[in-house]
Amino acid sequence: MRRRRALWFWVFVGPFAAGLALFTYVPLLWSVGLSFFDAHNTVTPTHFAGLGNYRAMLEDDAFTGSLRTFAVFTAFIVPVTYLLSLSLALMVNRVRRARAFFRSVFFLPAACSYVVAALVWKMSIFNGVRFGLANTVLGWFGGDPVAWLSTTDPPWYWLVIVTVRLWLQAGFYMVLFLAGLQRIDPVLYEAAAVDGARPGWTVLRHITLPQLRATSVAVVLLLVINAFQAFDEFYNLLSDARGYPPYARPPLVYLYYTALGQGQNLGLGSAGAVILALIIAVVTVGQARWLRLGRTDADG
Amino acid sequence: MDDALVRAGRALRLVLLIVLALLFLIPFYLLVRNGLSSEQDITSPQWTFFPRELRWGNVRELFDDPSVPFARSLLNSALIAVATTLGTLVLASLAGYGLARIPYRHANKVFYGILGTLLVPAAVTFVPSFVLVSSLGWVSTLRGLIVPTLFSAFACFVFRQYFLGFPRELEDAAQVDGLGYWRTYWLVVVPGARPVFAAVGTIVFLGAWNSFLWPLVIGQDQSAWTVQVALSSFTTSQVVRLHELFVAAVVSVLPLLLVFLCFQRWIVAGAERSGID
Repeated sequence: MRRRRALWFWVFVGPFAAGLALFTYVPLLWSVGLSFFDAHNTVTPTHFAGLGNYRAMLEDDAFTGSLRTFAVFTAFIVPVTYLLSLSLALMVNRVRRARAFFRSVFFLPAACSYVVAALVWKMSIFNGVRFGLANTVLGWFGGDPVAWLSTTDPPWYWLVIVTVRLWLQAGFYMVLFLAGLQRIDPVLYEAAAVDGARPGWTVLRHITLPQLRATSVAVVLLLVINAFQAFDEFYNLLSDARGYPPYARPPLVYLYYTALGQGQNLGLGSAGAVILALIIAVVTVGQARWLRLGRTDADG
Repeated sequence: MDDALVRAGRALRLVLLIVLALLFLIPFYLLVRNGLSSEQDITSPQWTFFPRELRWGNVRELFDDPSVPFARSLLNSALIAVATTLGTLVLASLAGYGLARIPYRHANKVFYGILGTLLVPAAVTFVPSFVLVSSLGWVSTLRGLIVPTLFSAFACFVFRQYFLGFPRELEDAAQVDGLGYWRTYWLVVVPGARPVFAAVGTIVFLGAWNSFLWPLVIGQDQSAWTVQVALSSFTTSQVVRLHELFVAAVVSVLPLLLVFLCFQRWIVAGAERSGID
């Protein structure tokens, strides 16, 4: 009987587990192996390079610069998305009529791809010529046209990059917050009202936000992990027929060009992927710990 | 006095929501507006909110343009999205059920092995995965685009959590009637679990249709391009035919908007289920 159950377990779980092992664990291990070799244009290299690839990556200004780009991007996108999606959720939640309508409108961009969104941003809203929407609006207030994507000083291109992601993702996180709001026990609000707490800021600060703590932790974690993986909008907004500008390369864009660009340097690319995976793991685990620690401090 | 304040606050909130909603809708409007305009209208130095004329012919022009394999890329995307969705649903739901319901000594170890892959974000493994897929000779094939994406630890996790909370009585009755695990699963569990299949299915479908990095890496020949790669190649090419580009983007978004509007409440349910709990 026990034998038969084990058999059925593997009938159900086996195909999935085998595929996951083949397409996640095998590539990872292979990549770790490759990262110690000189692997230009080949997946079966012969020249052992030791830690050379790792040293090259860590000493490469372009790679460390890409980490800096990520840090700047995260510093923009995490708080802004958090605040916008939380505010949207609070407002939509309190609307009486047309709640479903507003929820749909804010969530609708989630059906769009980064490629399509980047297209609208790059070719229509922020296209840098006078007839673009952003410059037209600027013109109404007497401003001069701005070449949004190629202006690095001041760095106007950040406005374009951040707003694309904000538009695409705010609705998704709003839904998470809405779900969190639904779970708050109405009794808490009634008790607050009896205690004479004025609706608005006080209730928000002392009841709503603490009750949303678990959701907030999840949202911040997701936002940071997703920021680390930024690729699509950077690639589609900033590259053109002339190539990709050296400023504003997040880690994945850099890896893409290292591993699959002209040199096809898979050894170097693998070393970069391993370093990045380690950084992400450390950041994720560290952050989860830190946020949970913060919770016990606040509650107890 | 207080009443008036509350009412004013409510009105203010509504106005703010309406303004934000308009801002969120403008990009969709621009997409359609440009897709149905002439090239001259899009680049006209005098920006107009409404196009001067609606050019439905843009759609035909797009599909007639021999320099862009757009119809082919649409077909590729459709095949990939459907195959990925069906494959993921079958594989991940079976695994989730096995993990949740079939007692086995090492089930926990297997579960943690699966969960651990969530720590390694998919995007970081594109270099290693490319190495594997190219050594299999699968670059620029539909196989290479579909098969490696079929094993979603996230989907498996969602199914497992769902089945853990699934009422047991029906399955017990089926077992008493002599149905084994296999038939109980297909005849009793799957029909009863339709909401979670719909939620995971729509999320996987949207993700597969919109994914960009993996198709860009693997679809190196034009014959293996997906819609997203084809669109992206428009924006980075020297000669851009703007009206074609925008109408192509509209065509690429339409199927998703349909899926989205039909299944919205399932996506919302699925979105709520992911991330938290």
